[in-house]
Amino acid sequence: MADKKTALIVLGCPEVPVQQALAFHVVHNLRKRGSDVMVTGNPSVLGLLKVSDPEKVYIGQTKVLENCIEDLVGKKRGADLCVIFAHNDAGIVYAATMRHLLPESRLVVIIFGKDPKPLAAEINFPCETIVEKAVHNPAALKTKINQVFGWAASRT
Amino acid sequence: MGCIENLKYDMILPLGASFRECREYVEKHYPEVWYVEPGYKLFDEYIIGLPPIALGIEEGAKIIFPYTKPCHGTYLLRIEGVEEVERVRKTAKKKK
Repeated sequence: MADKKTALIVLGCPEVPVQQALAFHVVHNLRKRGSDVMVTGNPSVLGLLKVSDPEKVYIGQTKVLENCIEDLVGKKRGADLCVIFAHNDAGIVYAATMRHLLPESRLVVIIFGKDPKPLAAEINFPCETIVEKAVHNPAALKTKINQVFGWAASRT
Repeated sequence: MGCIENLKYDMILPLGASFRECREYVEKHYPEVWYVEPGYKLFDEYIIGLPPIALGIEEGAKIIFPYTKPCHGTYLLRIEGVEEVERVRKTAKKKK
């Protein structure tokens, strides 16, 4: 039996509401298709996910960002796929870091918020990008995510 | 800011500076500049960023470097540490 695909989801500051909904969406879809998924972010963003999903039905494994970076630097963890949610300059900085630490992985950067295009223009490293103005309503960005991952028929 | 918070630091650029602005500031204002890759450990913290990450050295004893947090963005900090300065000089790449 082939090894499970591994995925790392990197979340930014939780101040933009669509992030949490779409994080659940991405993690759920990857897990139901057989991927082993780890979600990382600061304690606040992980706390929001854990309170929203107390049985860990959707979210699965989590790790605080600093500890995750330590694992990646020490080669204790890798990922076939890395998805980064970025709605500010710090998000792009984390994406660049993940590109460097996971040079062989598929890297997808989801850029959202009130004004995502200037942020997207900051990216000068190899990755796939999904860019959509989205703050409260996740629908349009979810559609784009589904297209990129081939989940277009998903009703979740 | 983890262990950094326990150290005495000066904030060189106000909160809200972009990572690129921090790099440009270091390259413009410090005569001794070194470059490291993301994941480089400084003052027991992993430094992240768009490579190459510019570090400035001041008076041979202080390091100026960017430090990014998800909610707060990038800070440009200055921390004194003679041993860390020597380690940077031995392990980082010097600006030509």
